[in-house]
Amino acid sequence: MSGVGAVLAKTKAQGRAALVGYLPVGFPDVQSSIDAMVAMVESGVDIVEIGVPYTDPLMDGPVIAHAADVALQNGTRLSDVFTAVRAVADAGAPALVMTYWNPVLRYGVERFADDLAKAGGAGLITPDLIPDEAAEWMAAAERNCLDHVFLVAPSSTPARLRSTTSACSGFVYAASSMGVTGVRRTVGDAAQVLVTRTRLVSDLPICVGLGVSTGAQAAQVAGFADGVIVGSALVRCLSDAGTRGEGLTALRKLSVDLAAGVRNGR
Amino acid sequence: MNNQSRTDAAGAPVGRFGAYGGRYVPEALMAALEQLDEARLKAKVDPAFQGELERLHRTYTGRPSIITEVAQFAEHAGGARILLKREDLNHTGSHKLNNVLGQALLTKRMGKTRIIAETGAGQHGVASATAAALMGLECVVYMGTKDTQRQALNVARMRLLGAEVIPVSHGSATLKDAINEAMRDWVTNVETTHYVLGTVTGPHPFPEMVRDFQRIIGVEARAQVLDLVGRLPDVVCACVGGGSNAMGIFHRFIDDQSVRLIGLEAGGEGVDTDQHAARFSTGFPGVLHGAFTYVLQDEDGQTLQSHSISAGLDYPSVGPEHSFLRDTGRAEYRPITDIQAMDAFSLLCRTEGIIPAIESAHALAGALEIGRELGPSAVILVNLSGRGDKDVDTAARWFGLLDEGSQLDGLEHQ
Repeated sequence: MSGVGAVLAKTKAQGRAALVGYLPVGFPDVQSSIDAMVAMVESGVDIVEIGVPYTDPLMDGPVIAHAADVALQNGTRLSDVFTAVRAVADAGAPALVMTYWNPVLRYGVERFADDLAKAGGAGLITPDLIPDEAAEWMAAAERNCLDHVFLVAPSSTPARLRSTTSACSGFVYAASSMGVTGVRRTVGDAAQVLVTRTRLVSDLPICVGLGVSTGAQAAQVAGFADGVIVGSALVRCLSDAGTRGEGLTALRKLSVDLAAGVRNGR
Repeated sequence: MNNQSRTDAAGAPVGRFGAYGGRYVPEALMAALEQLDEARLKAKVDPAFQGELERLHRTYTGRPSIITEVAQFAEHAGGARILLKREDLNHTGSHKLNNVLGQALLTKRMGKTRIIAETGAGQHGVASATAAALMGLECVVYMGTKDTQRQALNVARMRLLGAEVIPVSHGSATLKDAINEAMRDWVTNVETTHYVLGTVTGPHPFPEMVRDFQRIIGVEARAQVLDLVGRLPDVVCACVGGGSNAMGIFHRFIDDQSVRLIGLEAGGEGVDTDQHAARFSTGFPGVLHGAFTYVLQDEDGQTLQSHSISAGLDYPSVGPEHSFLRDTGRAEYRPITDIQAMDAFSLLCRTEGIIPAIESAHALAGALEIGRELGPSAVILVNLSGRGDKDVDTAARWFGLLDEGSQLDGLEHQ
């Protein structure tokens, strides 16, 4: 079983949902972003999603798009992602890289899979690579024992739910609402409906993302999902802070709150 | 390179031109893309749809567009015969309406009430706003702030037509970023909204569908050249941003092996600088905006900023079918610098009394170059894809035509 699979099996045995936290590499700078990822793990995040900053993040709302801009302006390179992966793995959490497809394609799909595995990475989440176009990546991932996580959406047809989930490993990423990443006041029924529809066609764990920002929302989602994915709200801890230290403090506080939330869902 | 499993009944890959094309999109858009593909394939063979589109083109767009032989301009091209396909005479002033009317009709067929569009030079935005007004659709146009400033006239035109224009200020604030923002809107509002993509790129079926709607340019032009000259042209020239006017005029000629197809990219300040949009000179295959195709990118796969004096060619990627035509050698692509384009712009104004769009001036500059290479026996067909009214500000500044103290609207922003 993969690192991600093992964590999700453990949290299931504990009768709770897993907490998946997202941060992009290089925001506000490479070292601070790595410190922040480790701080999340120390504060109760079970799985870390490491974002690769990209010039054209068309699935992302303003918070994450801004962080990517800053990271690129700071000179963040793709090689920094592997450094972050190593640090997260050493801190004891599975490190899943979330990336738009072109950086991997340019690096070389095989080479990326090899280097990710060597750094101790757990796999990839690919927001703009659907399984239909992913044959090369899935083969490289299998060879390196990496998970390939794809997304399902409220608009996914039953046929696509079936084909996409059967191409997933580790878990299925359920994008809870239509739209880009960002904090939402309510998580809405769409997420629960999507999880229910997905469970009909797949035995894999299902983690829900897009829009969760508080412990209360995390608890709500943990009531029906196997994992709760939080992104923009964590990034905002870093972007709203006056200093790096304040950012880390806010990030730890929110992580603890969310970690309590995923334990209060059932 | 990227093997995909989807094939049609005959085993041919769906939505691919050789290795290029595909669908690199969020899952959230897949249902809409499948719905669109189904609708456009039905419409393609539906006499009622085709009849309605033909009627609109005849009574609204002003098709067929004429061809004009420009003998005085051609004196500067080694004496070759140069024929212009006058897409600039279409309603709204460019080839863009050909595609937009088709997609607007599809929007109604799919039961959607709102269209969104990206625009660079503003031509596609104006065409979209026009079709929306005609067909009673809500219309939102995304446009980079760099472009809203240099094409201020077209912003006003869109607003006059009832469209909402949303300036996009992040990234490079040009066409690329307008497409990102339109995609974000589409993901969020896909149930009610159709994204009228303006060029032959994006996820399948856009490259194929937009080409099919633009194909009428080459179909008409081929018959018109045969009628006028008695033979096929030696060369067809078109400018290539995303590449819809070029695919439109090229496609009917692809099987005519004697006809050279030449696409002219924006060479900006020169392909040896970092100020250009010559994807085929310095780009690599990669993914941008849903398609696998040539992209200006750095070694980490980050998109590089493009530059051109022409907003419509200022785009770091290109339609996947062009990448295929380039790799197979069926079409050639050359860069044209800002200076070459503006020289050709001026020459057409003064020798023929036609003010071209700066985009189309790149094709004219290409024709001058090819004409000199081939000599007086050559017949060159040029797609004059748009008219230059929108570019008067830029040209007046470039050529220093303003009296001291006078100022054209919008110039102060540049």
